[in-house]
Amino acid sequence: MNPTIRSDYLDFLRRYWPNVQSEAQNWLNQLRINAFDHVNAQRLPTRRDEDWRFTDISPLTQLTYSPAKPEYNLQASDLTHWQLKEAKNRLVFVDGHYAEHLSVIDNSLQLVIGNLPDFASTHREMLEAQLGCHATSDCNVFTALNTAFLHDGAVIIVPKNTVVEEPVHILFIATQSEVTGYPRCLVLGEAGSQITLIEDHVALTQSAYVTNSVTEIDLADNASVKHIRIQRDNALAFHMASCAVSLARASNYQSISISLGAQISRYNLGIRLMGEAAECAVSGLALIGDRQLADTHTCIDHSKPNGISHQQHRCIVDDSAHAVFNGKIIVRPYAQRTNSAQSSRNLLLSKTAQIDTKPQLEIFANDVKCAHGATVGQLDPDEIFYLKSRGLPDLVARDLLTYAFGAEIIQRIPVASLKQRLEQAILCRTQRQS
Amino acid sequence: MIIENSKTILSVQGLCASINGIEILKGIDLIIKSGEIHAIMGLNGSGKSTFAKVLTGHSDYEVTAGSITFEGNNLLELPPEERARAGLFLAFQYPIEIPGVANTQFLRLAYNTIQAQRGKEELDPLEFDDFVREKMKLLEMKPDFLDRSVNEGFSGGEKKRNEILQMAILEPTLSILDEMDSGLDIDALRIVANAVNHLTNKDNATILVTHYQRLLDYIVPDYVHVMQGGRIVMTGGKELALELETRGYDWVQTNRQSISGAIA
Repeated sequence: MNPTIRSDYLDFLRRYWPNVQSEAQNWLNQLRINAFDHVNAQRLPTRRDEDWRFTDISPLTQLTYSPAKPEYNLQASDLTHWQLKEAKNRLVFVDGHYAEHLSVIDNSLQLVIGNLPDFASTHREMLEAQLGCHATSDCNVFTALNTAFLHDGAVIIVPKNTVVEEPVHILFIATQSEVTGYPRCLVLGEAGSQITLIEDHVALTQSAYVTNSVTEIDLADNASVKHIRIQRDNALAFHMASCAVSLARASNYQSISISLGAQISRYNLGIRLMGEAAECAVSGLALIGDRQLADTHTCIDHSKPNGISHQQHRCIVDDSAHAVFNGKIIVRPYAQRTNSAQSSRNLLLSKTAQIDTKPQLEIFANDVKCAHGATVGQLDPDEIFYLKSRGLPDLVARDLLTYAFGAEIIQRIPVASLKQRLEQAILCRTQRQS
Repeated sequence: MIIENSKTILSVQGLCASINGIEILKGIDLIIKSGEIHAIMGLNGSGKSTFAKVLTGHSDYEVTAGSITFEGNNLLELPPEERARAGLFLAFQYPIEIPGVANTQFLRLAYNTIQAQRGKEELDPLEFDDFVREKMKLLEMKPDFLDRSVNEGFSGGEKKRNEILQMAILEPTLSILDEMDSGLDIDALRIVANAVNHLTNKDNATILVTHYQRLLDYIVPDYVHVMQGGRIVMTGGKELALELETRGYDWVQTNRQSISGAIA
């Protein structure tokens, strides 16, 4: 790849950076300035970088997409398709900008929830200690860009021992073409709190755009978060995303991430189990076709004893699409009695589909239980025979099993209306026969 | 029940089959008429489960000689799904788990496929729900069976009941029950056997593939066949199963040798 193109791309983005140096030296501006310095110190990754070995982002580097400006032409009726009846709170961001008139905030729940700038002074101490501290700018240029261009963002603080039954829906809608949006989320679960979040990336435009999204989640002792992430961008979009999660003692993080859209998508999920007996369950599904590329990189880092991590990642790849999964598990020397299991299962539906899967275990403790496995293949002939022996035609049997392979992950979503809609979406994508 | 002049459902002649070039079935002859229950007994490795799979068209097995005629049609020409639609049913020894597909979804799909083949009306989810719940009573199954994924997390007994539920729904002409009693406690065995007895009638036929005589106390066969080395070496009435129970399979071996010795 031509290095000048790379630097041109970053140069182009840099030109649009709102120079905040001249403005008030508040903490948010300082954060942006530091991140911008990190952008300047880095280059775009290429396939020569180990972490990007299978993912060629050169089509992205040829784009000159300026940051999206706020546009609020949408009506609430435009959102009906994505509304979830279970969610009492809905934060809506249009091209990364907060849309107050589309958002719904239920004040009866004991939640601090809203747009980042509204809390910058009222919750300064808390936010300053967390924002940009989990997803740092020093080793990922996309994260650095997101923080450098930081403006709006979803902030959710679940107070101590508060159990929020109703899920919170954070809806990011892309509407403008040929722009870059910078969605951002910060979720703080105080001790003993519980919440379910749906981070939902959707599109109302048919043309290309770039989403560069960052989510940070901090869980205090015994806190619990269920994080459902749906990426259903349009087929021309580029989706670069990072999520960084820090877990204190006996906290519990459950992630279900579904990747369906985008021309090129990359999701980095980093989970650090920093307290004893912390636990995480990570489920992922990428269902892609045509010439899509979906790359999921996860890192689960056990640094304290008695941690538990369960991971199951699945890819269904059709046509000439390409799925990548890199799942790193680190068990540090002090993290004795860690129990970790990882499985990567992949289904290839066409001869030209491609999958690269790489489990990566780095274990430095001696008293641990770690299991991992990866399979790439076609459908199980015994399962096909079972269905055919009940009269189902070959193609119907195959389609049903393909659906089941994906639906098994979807069925873990604890929000019925979302689950149903996604099941339907998976059904449509896997039924080639009828 | 043995009915005089009833029609032939299945006719197997000189059937030989192999897997990966190894011959397992070495010339099987069997005639089954409507109304009849046949037990096929034999030790592990005698070829009885292979016979069941070859009848239903499992692609691992290659038929090298012989013929199978099912209601007058050449069964060997049909792929497994068409055999099923023609009225052949296999209750699996080890039913397959399909996580992600709700049992009711699977059962309705199978039912409607066969209904369409028979030119009968398909059922929508609500109609099917009423229909299947009625059938489930026969097997004393809890309603939550419908919402769970196909066989996933089912106990051995639950899986077997689910197989017989499929038999009840699909109403096959010939049912092959492969080791129906394995993994069943005595109560579950009684429920499953009662259901099978309820489903057998003068127009259909059943093959029980089993290692032990126990099942035959509950589902009484009209004929008992003993398989050995890929052949049916002995055929008798229900009393043959009892004889096997007391004398063991070794007795068949000796007995058979003396018979063939006498012929020679």
